[in-house]
Amino acid sequence: MPAPSKPKTRWHIAVFLAPAVLVYTAVMIYPLFNTLRLALYAEVDQQRIWVGLQNFQTLFGDAIWSEQFWNALGNNAWFFLIHMLVQNPIGIALAALLSSPRLRFSAFYRSAIFIPTILSFVIVGFAWKLILSPIWGIAPGMLDAIGLKFLYQPWLGKEEYALTTLSLVSVWQYVGIPMMLIYAALLSIPDEILEAGECDGITGMSAFWKIKLPLILPSIGIISVLTFVANFNAFDLIYAAQGALAGPDFSTDILGTFMYRTFFGFQLQLGDPHMGSAIASAMFGIILIGVCTYLFGIQRRLRNYQF
Amino acid sequence: MTTARRISGTTIAAHAVLMTYTVIALFPVFVILINSFKTRRAIFRDPLGLPNEETFSLIGYQTVFRQGDFVLYFQNSMIVTVVSLTLILLFGAMAAFALAEYRFKGNTLMGLYLALGIMIPIRIGTVAILEMMVSTGLVNTLVALILVYTAQGLPLAVFILSEFMRGVSDDLKNAGRMDGLSEYQIFWRLVLPLVRPAMATVAVFNMIPIWNDLWFPLILAPAEEVKTLTLGSQVFIGQFVTDWNAVLSALSMAILPVMVLYVIFSRQLIRGITSGAVK
Repeated sequence: MPAPSKPKTRWHIAVFLAPAVLVYTAVMIYPLFNTLRLALYAEVDQQRIWVGLQNFQTLFGDAIWSEQFWNALGNNAWFFLIHMLVQNPIGIALAALLSSPRLRFSAFYRSAIFIPTILSFVIVGFAWKLILSPIWGIAPGMLDAIGLKFLYQPWLGKEEYALTTLSLVSVWQYVGIPMMLIYAALLSIPDEILEAGECDGITGMSAFWKIKLPLILPSIGIISVLTFVANFNAFDLIYAAQGALAGPDFSTDILGTFMYRTFFGFQLQLGDPHMGSAIASAMFGIILIGVCTYLFGIQRRLRNYQF
Repeated sequence: MTTARRISGTTIAAHAVLMTYTVIALFPVFVILINSFKTRRAIFRDPLGLPNEETFSLIGYQTVFRQGDFVLYFQNSMIVTVVSLTLILLFGAMAAFALAEYRFKGNTLMGLYLALGIMIPIRIGTVAILEMMVSTGLVNTLVALILVYTAQGLPLAVFILSEFMRGVSDDLKNAGRMDGLSEYQIFWRLVLPLVRPAMATVAVFNMIPIWNDLWFPLILAPAEEVKTLTLGSQVFIGQFVTDWNAVLSALSMAILPVMVLYVIFSRQLIRGITSGAVK
C-alpha cells in the first residue's frame, strides 16, 4: 500500500500571487524601507557614509533646517485643519441634501460638484490664480459688482492669506470625495430604521442629527483619516500654484514641497537625497501616527458606540 | 395642505443650495473654457463674456498645436494610464483570486501585507525609487511611471476585488472543476466575467490620480519625449505665461480628456461607491 501522498504543492496559488507581490514589494515596500535607511547616511566627497541619526539631528536641531521643518509642519497642520473644518462638513451637508428622497436632478448635482475632483492640480492652480489675480481682475470685478470691492486682496500674493487661500482652493477641488462617500453611506442606511424613527415622530433635521449622523460616524472616521494621509502627502497644488519655493516667502511651504526642494535642490540650494530621505522618514512617522491613532483609538471606540 | 407646502419649501431650499454650489464648482472651468475661444483683447476686456462673432478666435489652439508637443504628451499620458490600469487589474485580480479562493498558510498575513499600501503613500519612498530607476536605467522612460503606478494601485485593487470574489458562488466554481477546468480557466472564464463591475470601479478609482499625477513625472520622467500631459501643461504655462490664448487653450485641452473619461465611467464610479467598495 502506498503511503498517503502528501498534499502536492499548489503552484497555481504562487502563480496567481507572484506578479502583484513582486511589483508591490519591489517598487513600493522595498523603496519605502530603503528611504528610511538612506536617511541614516550622508554623502561626503561623493562617498556614502553612515552617520546614524545625524541627519535627524540636523533637521530638528540646526536652526536653518528646523525653522523650515517646523514652518512646513505648521503650515501642513493648518492645511489639514481647514480641510477638516470646511471640506468635510460641506461634503456631509451636500450629501445629506442629495440623499433626500424625491429630490430631482440629484445625479446632475452630484456629477457637477464632483467635476473639480477629476481635474489636475495644474489646471486648478492656474484657474484660481487667474481668477484671484489683481491683473486680470475677475475677482475684483465681481466683488465690485456686488459692492464689496474693499474686501479684495491679492490673496495668493500675501503671506498672511496665501496658505488659507490655497487650502480653500484644495477644499473646492476635493469636496466631491467626502460628498460621494457620505452619500453612499447615507443610502445604505436601511429604510426600516428611518421609518421606525418616523413613527416616533423623528423627521427632517432631527432625523439627520439623531439617526443618520450616528450611523455614518464610521464613514466620517474613514474620511478623516483619508484627508489626513492626503494632506500630509500633498504637493501638487502648492507646486503648481506657487512653485517649488512655496512663496510668498515660504508661507505656503508644506512637507511635500519642503521634501521636493531638499531632495532636488532649487536655485541656490543643492539637492541632498539623504536629507530628503530624513524628511520623508519624518513624513512617514507623522502619517503612521495618524493612521494608528485612527485604527487603535477612534475606530475601536466607534465600533463600541455602534453596537 | 400645509405639510405639502412645507415640503416644497424645503425642496426649493435644497435646490437653491445645491445649485449655488454647482455654480461655485463649475465656475473656474467655465471661465477657462469660454476664454480659450476668444481673442486676446476680449479675454482682458470682458473675461466673463461668452465668445461671440466679434470676439471668437482659435488662435490659442493654433499656437498650441504649432508649438507644443501636445499630441505627444497626450499619447504618453494615454500609454501610461492604459498600461498601468491593465496591469493593476490583471495582477490585482490574480492576487485577489488567490487570497479569496484558497486557504493556505500565510493567507491572512499576505492579505495584510498587500493592504499596508492602502494607507501609506508611495511618495514617501521617492528617494529610493529614483535611485533604483537610475541604477536600472529606467529613468526617463514610461516604464518607470507604469511600474510606480501599478505598485501604487495594487493594494486597493486587491482589497476591493477580493471582497467581491468572496461573493462568487462556490457551486459554480466546483461545477467548473467537475467539468475539468483548471484553476487558471476557472479564474479567467468563470470568476473574471462575474466581477467585471468591481473591475470597472477599481479602474475609475485609479484612472484619475494616474492621469493627473505631477510628482512622479516631474521626478522620474521629465525628459521632453516622455512628458505626460499634466507635466507638459505645467511646463507650458511656465514658458508661455504671456501668451494667454495659448495657455487657456492648452488648459482646455487638458481638461477635456478627463471629462470624457469621467462621463463614460461616472455611473460605474457611483455604483462602485454605493455598493460599498470603499468601506
